[in-house]
Amino acid sequence: MKDGDSVDTKTTSGKKPTPFLDQLEDGPWPSFVTGLKRLRDEGTPNNQKMMNDLLGQLNHSYQERTGYWKGGAVSVFGYGGGIIPRYSEVPHLFPESKEFHTLRVMPPPGFHYTTDLLRKLCDIWERHGSGLIAFHGQSGDIMFQGCTTENTQKAFDELNEIGFDLGGAGPALRTAMSCVGQARCEQSCFNEAKAHRGIINRFLDEMHRPSLPYKFKFKFSGCGNDCVNAIHRADFAVIGTWRDNIKINQDEVKKHVAKVGRKYTIDTVVSMCPTRAISLNDDDTMEIDNKSCVRCMHCINVMTKALSPGDDRGASVMIGGKRSLKVGDMMGIMIKPFIKLETDEDYEELEEFAEACIEFFADNALEHERIGETIDRVGLPAFLEAVEAEVDPNMVNHPRTSSYVRTDDFDEEAAKWFERKALKAGMTVASE
Amino acid sequence: MNEKTQHRTAIESGVPDHLQYMHPMMKANLGNWDWHERPRPGVLRHVTKDGKNIYTVRAGTQRQMDVFTIRKLADIGDNFGDGYVRFTTRSNIEYMVEDEAKVAPLIAELEANGFPVGGTGASVSMISHTQGWLHCDIPGTDASGVVKSLMDVLHNEFVQEKMPNRVRITTSCCQINCGGQGDIAINVQYTKPPKINHDLVANVCERPAVVARCPVAAIRPAMVNGKPSLEVDEKKCVCCGACYPPCPPMQINGAESTKIAIWVGGKHSNARSKPTFHKLAVANLPNNAPHWPEVAAVVRKIVDAYKKDAKHWERMGEWIERIGWSRFFEMTDLAFTKHHLDTWTGARKTMNSSAHVHF
Repeated sequence: MKDGDSVDTKTTSGKKPTPFLDQLEDGPWPSFVTGLKRLRDEGTPNNQKMMNDLLGQLNHSYQERTGYWKGGAVSVFGYGGGIIPRYSEVPHLFPESKEFHTLRVMPPPGFHYTTDLLRKLCDIWERHGSGLIAFHGQSGDIMFQGCTTENTQKAFDELNEIGFDLGGAGPALRTAMSCVGQARCEQSCFNEAKAHRGIINRFLDEMHRPSLPYKFKFKFSGCGNDCVNAIHRADFAVIGTWRDNIKINQDEVKKHVAKVGRKYTIDTVVSMCPTRAISLNDDDTMEIDNKSCVRCMHCINVMTKALSPGDDRGASVMIGGKRSLKVGDMMGIMIKPFIKLETDEDYEELEEFAEACIEFFADNALEHERIGETIDRVGLPAFLEAVEAEVDPNMVNHPRTSSYVRTDDFDEEAAKWFERKALKAGMTVASE
Repeated sequence: MNEKTQHRTAIESGVPDHLQYMHPMMKANLGNWDWHERPRPGVLRHVTKDGKNIYTVRAGTQRQMDVFTIRKLADIGDNFGDGYVRFTTRSNIEYMVEDEAKVAPLIAELEANGFPVGGTGASVSMISHTQGWLHCDIPGTDASGVVKSLMDVLHNEFVQEKMPNRVRITTSCCQINCGGQGDIAINVQYTKPPKINHDLVANVCERPAVVARCPVAAIRPAMVNGKPSLEVDEKKCVCCGACYPPCPPMQINGAESTKIAIWVGGKHSNARSKPTFHKLAVANLPNNAPHWPEVAAVVRKIVDAYKKDAKHWERMGEWIERIGWSRFFEMTDLAFTKHHLDTWTGARKTMNSSAHVHF
């Protein structure tokens, strides 16, 4: 039993007092408290009751500086995940919100909605839930927050009927995210939504019936600006890139320089190139050493009209990003510097690589270990062998500095490298 | 099986097709975009290769939205937009319209209804955050409330593009850091080892799993008062809270001992420098909800110092790397302590092994 049981939890109107939350209603930013109160005062009868007590419990948390939710086990028929169960630890004070579960629902890639769809989602949630929806959680789910155990199935059935499905929770494939991408952005280097839907919908079983060692997340960003934070947050990050030269429109370069000035162009574009690959010519045209360019996106971000990604587009894949638990935050490691993404076969290749990584994870990770931690434990060479990925200098900042390694088969490994190189050269010649 | 126990079988439809919800002009121009500009803060203009335009108006939301707010946003979309919206990674709503003439009335309507228009380019965008006391089972503080307070304070920075580059702020209610990396990250920092309720451990916790969770091997099985329980070597404990989710009787939160730390210089983008993690700026700030005045004051100081001193396009971490940490601590009036020295795996790589010194 926690503190504060003697707190006055009811006013004469029946409304739970919310003195702490009341302080969050003024100010210029939209207030979620005002929204919760509106559900309490004007919502459907079930929304009103639930929100009155929810507001009461949240205020109680502010007063005692303690959370009052605990987990449990709630699911819908046929699924083992996708619901985040929440039971109140103070149900005697706030009985109407004693069950306040969340349905994690997968949104369309790129988070596109019609106003009509938004209304349908509201109508369903008003009937069966609390009336509170978050667009979106950190994993990328639409979070339908506040549902009784009894209504969970009803809410899911209706959402499912209009084409929506539960996302991931627990030790499972999780909901993915992708940026707006080629729907509106000229910097997009592949069809993010195609990759996103292809991969997640291929492995749905791993999402709906959790049986992996721990969570596994995919995120898809169309370029190195990484608008969905894939490198930090995803076990499998797909980042758009290109192999040929940056496209330069020299007339637009000149116009840009004329508009913002030569010094400003040098300070904000030339000097900020991380690999010193850019120079501004005396006639205010631009020269780019594309062999040194690392596709960081900076110059393209600044000069959106003059510069754009090349035409030979695809994506890099980075494996092993995660948040703090347990060994500390990790970023993904570059594993596939380039996968061409143009034809259906190209996307199939990406899906097959995803499958190899999920299988490696399922077979080798310890319980509650993310794939990045597994790779650290077994070493990157063992991972590469398992998923049949070829070693590449783009995987490292620099080669090893420690001499503590057995190199007795170095010659055989070097032979593989030269063989691959010859094969690649031969293939290039053949295709020409 | 009788009627009552019959369940509907789920349609495992997975990720829905986004094209059915996408603005038709965008749908018709997938991959056909040429360039973009920002005519004013909160507005994007994207142009196709054949010269057609789509205008996007971006506005802040409270993320945690009641159906009335969502319906209001939908009404605005129908009456002032084209009926199509999307959300950004940071929970801003975007209205896409083909006709430039619709932009100004749309902005006016959003602002009249209390949705600030901004969050584009070199602004402070919406804080990416977690669930907190509203819904999480292990939170050290709230999320939506403190974010609301901080965004009130940073409102001007949201509606203008006057920062050197974009500023991404995150909050996390525990050290798991679900809020993620940020130019400024405002995260719970526990300061006391877990307080164990030995009466409950045996019934509630899978003890080997809890022992395995500890990153510093400070937890071991023990018999306490004749009951199987766990004990913590408090000298080894780093107060991370990793044991608390699988074993709630190991209470890590305390009204006074749960503090806030502020971290700086995290970056997701690959633009210019490689992505980075945020670094500790200050710890032990009070968890003074709902307004977190002490936290807000430090955030304000950091934002102002960055705004005043960074070069155009330098992100927070890039700015600090240029001016040096000595100058950062001087400009923000924050203390540099032994706790800023990393002691975790790989710590050596964070030390300066050169004669490069900032004075």
